[in-house]
Amino acid sequence: MTTQASSSSQAAQTSASRASASQTSDERVVHVLEFPGGYTRSTGPVIGRFLTGLRSGRLFGVRMPDGRVLVPPTEYDPQTAAALGTADEDWVEVGPAGTVTTWTWVDDPRPDHPLDRPFAWALIRPDGADTALLHAVDSGSKAAMATGMRVHPTWRAERTGAVKDIACFAPGEGPAEVPALVPAPDGEAELEPVSMVTLPHRLEYRLRGGTVWNHFIDGMAVGQIRGTRCAKCGKVFVPPRGACPGDGVPATEWVDLPDTGVLTTFAVNNVPAAGAPEVPFISGYVLLDGADIAMLALVSDVPWQEVRIGMRVRGVWVPDAERTRSVKNLKWFAPTGEPDVPFEQFEEYV
Amino acid sequence: MRDVAVVAFAQSEHSFSDLGWTEADLVMPLVNEVLSVTGMDRSEIGFTCSGSNDYLVGTPFSFVAALDTIGAWPPIAESHVEQDGAWALYEAWVRMQHGDIDAALVYGFGKGTIGDQVGISSLSYDPYYLAPLVPGHIAMAGLQARALKDAGFDVDPDPTPPPATDGAAAVILAAGEVARRVCSRPAWITGLDHRIEPHAIGSRDLTHSPSTREAAARAGVRPGVVDFAELHTRFEHEEVLLRRELGLDEKTVVNPSGGPRKADPIMATGLIRIGEAAARIHDGSAQRAVAHAASGPCLQHNLVCVLAADTASDLVSEGER
Ligand SMILES: [Zn+2]
Repeated sequence: MTTQASSSSQAAQTSASRASASQTSDERVVHVLEFPGGYTRSTGPVIGRFLTGLRSGRLFGVRMPDGRVLVPPTEYDPQTAAALGTADEDWVEVGPAGTVTTWTWVDDPRPDHPLDRPFAWALIRPDGADTALLHAVDSGSKAAMATGMRVHPTWRAERTGAVKDIACFAPGEGPAEVPALVPAPDGEAELEPVSMVTLPHRLEYRLRGGTVWNHFIDGMAVGQIRGTRCAKCGKVFVPPRGACPGDGVPATEWVDLPDTGVLTTFAVNNVPAAGAPEVPFISGYVLLDGADIAMLALVSDVPWQEVRIGMRVRGVWVPDAERTRSVKNLKWFAPTGEPDVPFEQFEEYV
Repeated sequence: MRDVAVVAFAQSEHSFSDLGWTEADLVMPLVNEVLSVTGMDRSEIGFTCSGSNDYLVGTPFSFVAALDTIGAWPPIAESHVEQDGAWALYEAWVRMQHGDIDAALVYGFGKGTIGDQVGISSLSYDPYYLAPLVPGHIAMAGLQARALKDAGFDVDPDPTPPPATDGAAAVILAAGEVARRVCSRPAWITGLDHRIEPHAIGSRDLTHSPSTREAAARAGVRPGVVDFAELHTRFEHEEVLLRRELGLDEKTVVNPSGGPRKADPIMATGLIRIGEAAARIHDGSAQRAVAHAASGPCLQHNLVCVLAADTASDLVSEGER
């Protein structure tokens, strides 16, 4: 039986038209989603205590109400949600050696993996624990891996109180030597208990512009702003969208718009922003003549004190010779000098 | 429980490479298709719920773009889950139990081809103990496959991932008489439940799926013949485990559609399982079917939906006769 066949002739037609249109540009754009410096999280008392142990080169678990020892520990019993680790006597040092309960091989490590050579991910139950933690095992080869094998942690010298303080696990009982902490503290008491972790976030995407976006950008390349019109309600959208948000139908009729319009609202920005001009700069919404949605743009060539809602503006473009296939061709909007537009005339777009 | 049925299902022609589809491109044809199949007007939809994941495209609030396709002005009653559309269907089904609306639109969509799926899946794991290691969905599946192999199951311990896929799906739910009016053979939801297991993967027994077992019991998979089951098996070894926990015997045909191994439009894959199972009832090839959706590492979170050509009350009245 075939799979996932569409029962929709409408969908088939739409895909076909997309396919032909998208042949005009096979360009892929790299998009990066990043939280510079990483995402910080507070650990709470239980995870913080475990991570503080890692920084000292020691593994700890917490005893659950049924007497079993949970590693890595959480503030709650995974089965019953009872609070855990609130009393010192609930904490148990485990390992450092342990047993592999299951594993899987990685042929091609990533730069963000604990090891730069082929390795195994394994669930490892430290001696004295009843549950397992996930980490890398540096066994050298897949053939050297087996469920039930004995492993011990290899500790980093640069330990910060994070799961990667364990460099990896290695086959055998050890010894699991703990190198002196780098940079060396003045004394153990100098170090505060771990209360925060930082997780780097960086993801890369390779995007292909859609049909609508490509046609818009092709227009921007020659200094023409293009919008789309909804066949049902007649509204014109710019930047263009493929669907009318009011009617939920395709908005596929193309409309060439002038680069003149009215400023419907604006903000004076005193905080520097990536890609924006020097502060203070002005961002605002410009309702182009003939459009039914205002577009976000920069406003310049005017002292910020003189910018007004209702001001008539015109696009300022980069010189022909410098134009690229980019929205950056339209530098900003500047006053035309025409009389201001009365608020009532654009009120519904504010 | 109020009788609620899947009355229409549509899915995209899924793609294994990025064709530049926007959220609206993916969803709009399907919304219009399910409306047209039922002959319903947008004004008859009392609630809309969608499922998607912003990390797939790396754009905050990316689900908002898909709202362009449903005619959200003047304002409509709408909700979203950062999960597979199967959980959006669950929310819509619960919403319909309130009794004041008779129809709901559910859709799910995702672009699996443009991002780093190992990195994206890792960000959904425990941020203290798992995410920093970036294990990813394939390694997590490998840990479960190896555990099953060690426990004596005949499975490949080195699983391969499903194809990265872009796609979407849409479903209309309708209650009682409205369902009978817009669909000649509604697929009645006779049971729907979802259960989750602990975040700590090392505290779970990966050779069992107690959450699936409990959801199946609460949804009422047994007793009764199950003609077809659509299971959210992104990895081959998951079928043997799910069959056992759902209590399916050899007579039940699993994934007649080809299943997630053939196309995995992430965040729509689970909703498609419900839609495909419903479609077997719509076309008369099944009397009773089971759909399953999963989320999280190693089948952490499982949803079970039982669909039948007869409602529970139909069966009671037949018994009385
Ligand atoms: Zn319209």
